[in-house]
Amino acid sequence: MDRPLRLIVPRPVDMLARTVEALLVIASQPLSLEELAEAADDEIERIEIAIGLLRERYSEGRSGIVLEQVAGGFAFRASREAATACARLFERPVERGLSQAALETVAIVAYLGPVSRPEIARIRGVAADSAVASLVERGLIAEAGREHGPGGAVRYRVTSLFERVFGLESLAALPRLDDIGADQEAIRERLLEVAEARAS
Amino acid sequence: MAVAVRDLDLDLDAFEGPFDLLLTLLLKDVIQPAEIDMTGIVVAFVERLAERDELDLDACGEFLVLIAALLELKARHLFPDEAAELADLEPEEAAEELARRLAEYRRMKQASAWLRDRLDAERDRYFRLGPAPLAPEPERRLAQQEPLRLVEALRALAVEPPRVSVAHMALRFPPVSQFLERFRAVLHRRRRFDFDAEVAGLSRVEQAVAFLALLELRKTGEIEIAQGAPFAAIRVSRSAPPRHDERILQWTARSA
Repeated sequence: MDRPLRLIVPRPVDMLARTVEALLVIASQPLSLEELAEAADDEIERIEIAIGLLRERYSEGRSGIVLEQVAGGFAFRASREAATACARLFERPVERGLSQAALETVAIVAYLGPVSRPEIARIRGVAADSAVASLVERGLIAEAGREHGPGGAVRYRVTSLFERVFGLESLAALPRLDDIGADQEAIRERLLEVAEARAS
Repeated sequence: MAVAVRDLDLDLDAFEGPFDLLLTLLLKDVIQPAEIDMTGIVVAFVERLAERDELDLDACGEFLVLIAALLELKARHLFPDEAAELADLEPEEAAEELARRLAEYRRMKQASAWLRDRLDAERDRYFRLGPAPLAPEPERRLAQQEPLRLVEALRALAVEPPRVSVAHMALRFPPVSQFLERFRAVLHRRRRFDFDAEVAGLSRVEQAVAFLALLELRKTGEIEIAQGAPFAAIRVSRSAPPRHDERILQWTARSA
């Protein structure tokens, strides 16, 4: 039986998987499907299949290296069972000594960003200068333009390092905050009661 | 023993030391009120109270007054404009606005608590950190170029731009000697003259040079200058010739 003539022979997926694996090894940041497709010079659909193969191979319990989807891309990390050994060799300086003020500030930037320092201070009720400076130094937040108008304050957004440190696939993975309508009503009632008590 | 509010030891993020020193630094603007965690001060005071069996009402009263003043100071620093906005609101509207803000802060507290838990759960994730690698420089492909057009463009750029004239910026000073001669001639005709009248109509620069000439004549002893009051007219008069005994005195002094 005559077989149709194929002028272009695509690479087998397992060969593509090896290429993707190599790209992820040399990358110091998560790589998106688009970046992998461009670097491997292949189609996104096939990259997805290759990633599937690699995720199976590099998974917890099967390998010391784990492929994870994080910060809008894919990256290798150490397996959790090797964490103790890793901790003896390295520490995680990014989150070391992260204060409550810094956590509240980074939460505001993550949910409301890009957001300026005055806006953060308005929500928290305290100046945010030192917390913002600390987060910028750690690389968890970065400048993202200025507010409109002359002399507008610098606005900040979270970085991909933030997503990586907190193990988030993207900011969409942040939980939806509880509906606090009832809380707000309760607070309002309490304030009015205090005001009435003072007036009487 | 009474609780001394001013000696209260504080250990805050932005300050460590006695309460009275904190008050002094705040009043002198060395520390901004916005940097101070008021809750920390209250907790420190309550802990101090708890160490004693009986309630020190005097200390409590003093503390309440001080902490209330500090809270007001901090609020004014944090929301200088918004305080005015809130003052314009009806009590119910103000309560609504305050409740909205408190609720917003509570949401962010919840978010930070979630992040804290997440951080604890992800503490055993280790990954490589490093700067973003440099992407290879893309090869720039230029279209076919015509050398003659390039020459024309370079020639147009090589033309020397027209020189900018700064003649209008130059200051023209008349020579001092011109005014020396002029004043000597005036004093030759009459014994005294009024400086302001003499230089009336001249430019400011010319008047300044004329005044220098006046000082020069005064230095050489040819004239005497008198002015009744500051900014009054300057009267210039010819110096009287020295008397005979003064001449002898001058001669003696020079000889000595």
